[in-house]
Amino acid sequence: MLNFTLRRLMYTIPTLLLISFIIFIVLDLAPNDPTGNLPLTIPPEVRAKIRASLGLDAPMYIRYLLWCQQFFINEPLNLFNEWFGWCIGDCEGRLRVTSWATRSPVVDLIAERMPQTLWVVGMSYVVGIMIALPIGVISAYKQYSWFDQFGTLIAMIGFSVPTFFTGVLLIVIFSVWMPNDSFFWLPSIYDTTLDVVDWDSFVKQMRQMIMPVMVLALYNAAQISRFMRASMLDNLSQDYVRTARAKGLKEKTVLLVHVLRNSMIPVVTVIALGIPQVFGGAIITEQIFKVNGLGQLLIIGIQGADIPLVQTLTFLFAVLIVLFNLVADVLYGLLDPRIRYD
Amino acid sequence: MTLKYLIAGTLGAALLSTTAFGESHMAQGRDGNVNIIYWQAASIMNPYLSGGTKDINASSMVIEPLAHYDENGAMVATLVDEIPTVANGGVSADLTSITWTLSEGLLWSDGSAVTSADVVFTANYCMDETGGCQQLAKFGGVESVEAIDDLTVKITFDGPKPFPYGPFVGSTTPILQAAQFADCMGVAAPTCTAQNFGPIGTGPFTVTEFRANDAITLAANPNYRVAGKPAFATVNFKGGGDAAAAGRAVLETGEFDYAWNLQLAPEILADMESKGVGTVLSSFGPLVERIMINMTDPSAALGDERSTVAHPHPFMSDMAVRQALSMAIDRPLLVEIGYGQAGKVTCNVLPAPAIYDSPNNAGCEMQDIAGANALLDAAGWERGSDGVRSKDGVRLSILYQTSTNAVRQDFQALIKQWWAEIGIETELKNISGGVFFGGDQSSPDTFQKLFADLEMYANNFDGTDPEAYMARWACGEIPSPENAWLGGNMPRHCNADYDAMVAEMGGTADLAERARLAIAMNDMLMQSYTIIPLVHRGNVSGVVNTLEGVKLNAWDSELWNIADWSRSE
Amino acid sequence: MTNATAEIKDDRKYRSLWGDVWSQFRTHRGAMIGSFVFIGILLAVSIGPYLWTLDPNYADVRNRNQGMSWGHPFGTDQLGHDMLAQVLQGGRISIAVGLTAMMLSLVLGTFVGVLAGYFKRLDGILMRGTDLFLALPILPLLLVIIMLFRDTLRGMFGPETGIFILIVFIIGITSWMQTARIVRGDVLALKEREFILAANSIGTPARRVISRHIMPNILSPIMVSATLGIATAIITESSLSFLGLGFPSDFPTWGRLLFDGTQRIAQAPSRVIFPGLAISLTVLSVNFIGDGLRDALDPRIRGR
Repeated sequence: MLNFTLRRLMYTIPTLLLISFIIFIVLDLAPNDPTGNLPLTIPPEVRAKIRASLGLDAPMYIRYLLWCQQFFINEPLNLFNEWFGWCIGDCEGRLRVTSWATRSPVVDLIAERMPQTLWVVGMSYVVGIMIALPIGVISAYKQYSWFDQFGTLIAMIGFSVPTFFTGVLLIVIFSVWMPNDSFFWLPSIYDTTLDVVDWDSFVKQMRQMIMPVMVLALYNAAQISRFMRASMLDNLSQDYVRTARAKGLKEKTVLLVHVLRNSMIPVVTVIALGIPQVFGGAIITEQIFKVNGLGQLLIIGIQGADIPLVQTLTFLFAVLIVLFNLVADVLYGLLDPRIRYD
Repeated sequence: MTLKYLIAGTLGAALLSTTAFGESHMAQGRDGNVNIIYWQAASIMNPYLSGGTKDINASSMVIEPLAHYDENGAMVATLVDEIPTVANGGVSADLTSITWTLSEGLLWSDGSAVTSADVVFTANYCMDETGGCQQLAKFGGVESVEAIDDLTVKITFDGPKPFPYGPFVGSTTPILQAAQFADCMGVAAPTCTAQNFGPIGTGPFTVTEFRANDAITLAANPNYRVAGKPAFATVNFKGGGDAAAAGRAVLETGEFDYAWNLQLAPEILADMESKGVGTVLSSFGPLVERIMINMTDPSAALGDERSTVAHPHPFMSDMAVRQALSMAIDRPLLVEIGYGQAGKVTCNVLPAPAIYDSPNNAGCEMQDIAGANALLDAAGWERGSDGVRSKDGVRLSILYQTSTNAVRQDFQALIKQWWAEIGIETELKNISGGVFFGGDQSSPDTFQKLFADLEMYANNFDGTDPEAYMARWACGEIPSPENAWLGGNMPRHCNADYDAMVAEMGGTADLAERARLAIAMNDMLMQSYTIIPLVHRGNVSGVVNTLEGVKLNAWDSELWNIADWSRSE
Repeated sequence: MTNATAEIKDDRKYRSLWGDVWSQFRTHRGAMIGSFVFIGILLAVSIGPYLWTLDPNYADVRNRNQGMSWGHPFGTDQLGHDMLAQVLQGGRISIAVGLTAMMLSLVLGTFVGVLAGYFKRLDGILMRGTDLFLALPILPLLLVIIMLFRDTLRGMFGPETGIFILIVFIIGITSWMQTARIVRGDVLALKEREFILAANSIGTPARRVISRHIMPNILSPIMVSATLGIATAIITESSLSFLGLGFPSDFPTWGRLLFDGTQRIAQAPSRVIFPGLAISLTVLSVNFIGDGLRDALDPRIRGR
């Protein structure tokens, strides 16, 4: 198992390099332009100069190698410098990966947005899983009962209604129709500058998180509960379940120890594969509630053709995706000893 | 012209000082916090590195130019006592130099004195070739900027400059503090993150926290030059979301006090306003939504010569077709559906300032389908069996492109229908704004390449002088592969008389004469139907009812007078 | 397992596989209702526009923003388009996109998943390829694909079909990875089961093992993916239109109608209710059909 994990980790290095290169090509080919969103009053000659000052007139491979150097060498060195105070090489004049729109280091921008994304999107994922697993288990165990039918209906509504609709609906109900002084009134705009220092600010933080978390949790729960239910159903009709029951095991033991453990295998994949999306943020929901997390950073970067920003962000997502795929594979082995990695 | 600006300038300054005097007994920061929402978040506080409206507006609270435009488009002295003109000797008689004199006793927010060295530094900062300064056009023709003494700056141009108010007038070119930005010249400009996020300024507020593309927190500047201002102690400048959400936050829930650019359907805006929490303000600059007709052939079969002057357009070169396209459009309906109080019908591509607005093209507001049909019949365009007109095998089938935007798509749908009624077939295409307005050489979808029969977008100019704006439609400005598709003459309009008028305007200082030329140029474009104007668009903002002193300004930053804002009880 | 209601039949009578599936499917109440609803929606969008003859693209500007009435049962939009006609017309495109894109992603995903799970040699390369696709930034990728192929396809198939092919292709190739991962996981687990070992030990060729033994056992995750896939495809299409990458603006689709309506949710609720209902009903009915099929296709449930 350890061997397998180590070997897979080795494989990830060339994979990630290839991914970073392909991302770069895609971004470079895309017909977007960093000067595209500037006011039209800026004349074309000035635009050409701006482009040149961003280094866009250099050949593609030079720009790629430059990014590699900045990302793989300069950024880690800078981290060392900030965390431990070690200074290796030229600490002041070192070129870091810099966003074109904000002219500030991309890594700092990402660090600034991490908290709200983890709070909101991460929390919604946890809430979603906590809702989805019991629903999936019960609706499979009592297949075609009213609970199952109702669960299916809710799950499908959660899945078929886009978040841009549920989000706006919640805002209209809880922010617009609800009187401002009522207990149930919720803010429609997420305040990222809020510091949680005491009970009041904690309550404020919770209130502003309720709507985005619920919108996303409904969406996540819908998906995961469907997979959970299907997987449970598959296992419930297996011979080992009949054997276990025949042995006289308690129904609870059969269900929660035997069936659940086996059913978790595909569900764990789905959950593990979804975690990188937590870091990716939820573009639409973040937009609707003005959470301004990583998803919003990415979409602004894409719209503004901010290549260093988009390249770095998507590459970090790629790292997460590859890592969590590995985690999912390792979990397979742990949950199902029959799968052998050799 | 000079007289007008002189009067406006002194009047503005006088007004400013009286109000300052009247309120001087009131303390700065008495009204607490004001919440502003921009649905496009500010990414930097340095307009020289980002020309985006959101960034210019955000930075205008902190750093200021020598003079502003007020809500009527008149110049107002900001860091100087009076606007230099030929009459007061500030502008040399041969129009080649302008001399600004800073007010006495101005302080930066860190307490140091504002000197002419700061102004000179700012000019050099932007004019540095390697810095990628986005306001470089404002410094066009500037030969040198020199400090005469501590408070006097002389800007010399390389030739007569009838309108010398490019540099340091308006929020796009504010003064930076030389001491703070000294290490940020040229290639180092983008690396100065701390400076670009928190410039030291003379404006009413200073940055306390800057979160790029998210939120900015600002506090009142203790060294602000007017006592008792600003009335607010802090500003929370939030970005993100969309126009509908911003409108809701101000007009319906009242969570925020001011919302920028509420480009929403009129009935939605009216419904939000009816909640009684806030009001919608609008103001008009020179922004015009227009259709640009491609006078050259965009056919893909032409390869490299696509949309170049080498091949005239097979049917758009017929003026009857262009005129019919314009006549079939119901402009009042477009305004009503798309913009409401934020739009006006216009028959000119240059509708403002008022002295440049041509009176000669009235009548376009009447839709005339029958007249358009008659015109096309007379020109020999016969309807085929499918209802589409053709002549000599050329079918009137149009590709109509624009950027992605709900209102523009509504306009496309309506106009397509009207054109169908006059026997013209239309195919619609919308392209995401970043690509359409971007200058990517490899993309076929940019508005400069115009690989379509016509395109729709809006454009305007900075400040109040239309010279550079009207010069766009000269022959030399036609985008083509030779000039890497750089150029502002999208319709590929080319007329020697027009070019002559452009040249004449470049050497004319008299305001009335300049207005006459601008109107003549506008009329030439309108009467040849090369550009079809649709809507004169305004800025729309939402203001909560308890916020006082907001004067929406289409000529400068919307937050230009935030120092005068206050909270009513 | 709980609905052991299928009657016991005479074993000597000839029974085809699909006959069995059908008789099992019929006993699934949800699936039958779902089928009727889905067929109803299909009929409505295919025949509807011939019965409700108002042109969905005719802007009757004087009658814009109308509520529900006899002349316009679903009301009209901000340009005076008849919403019923728009919903019917939009359904054609949305359902066509949803079904074809789902099929494409399902075939791709299952193919890659089965190969990777079954053949150890291919596993590494295929799964790294899947990682690659998961890691690609979708939006810039779309911009590239559309820029490269829009004009070519438009020239070859005309504006509508060209864009249709492009969108189905885009949704298909950006959504198969989940299915592939899940299928692979199931195949990995199945491969270690005794009946596969038995099949291998008597020399059954891999092709047959996959088609006879693996495929029927992984149908349920595939069915779930399929039903979720239709919803995702319909919604992805709407976000594409929103970004200006979808169909031209004069082609209504359910997703776009819903998106347009969301802005006016407080003023005209009917603008969101009808397209929203159409999407939800479609997804719901397809899901129930999927459930029924899953049960009917599962040899362990069928016939009990």
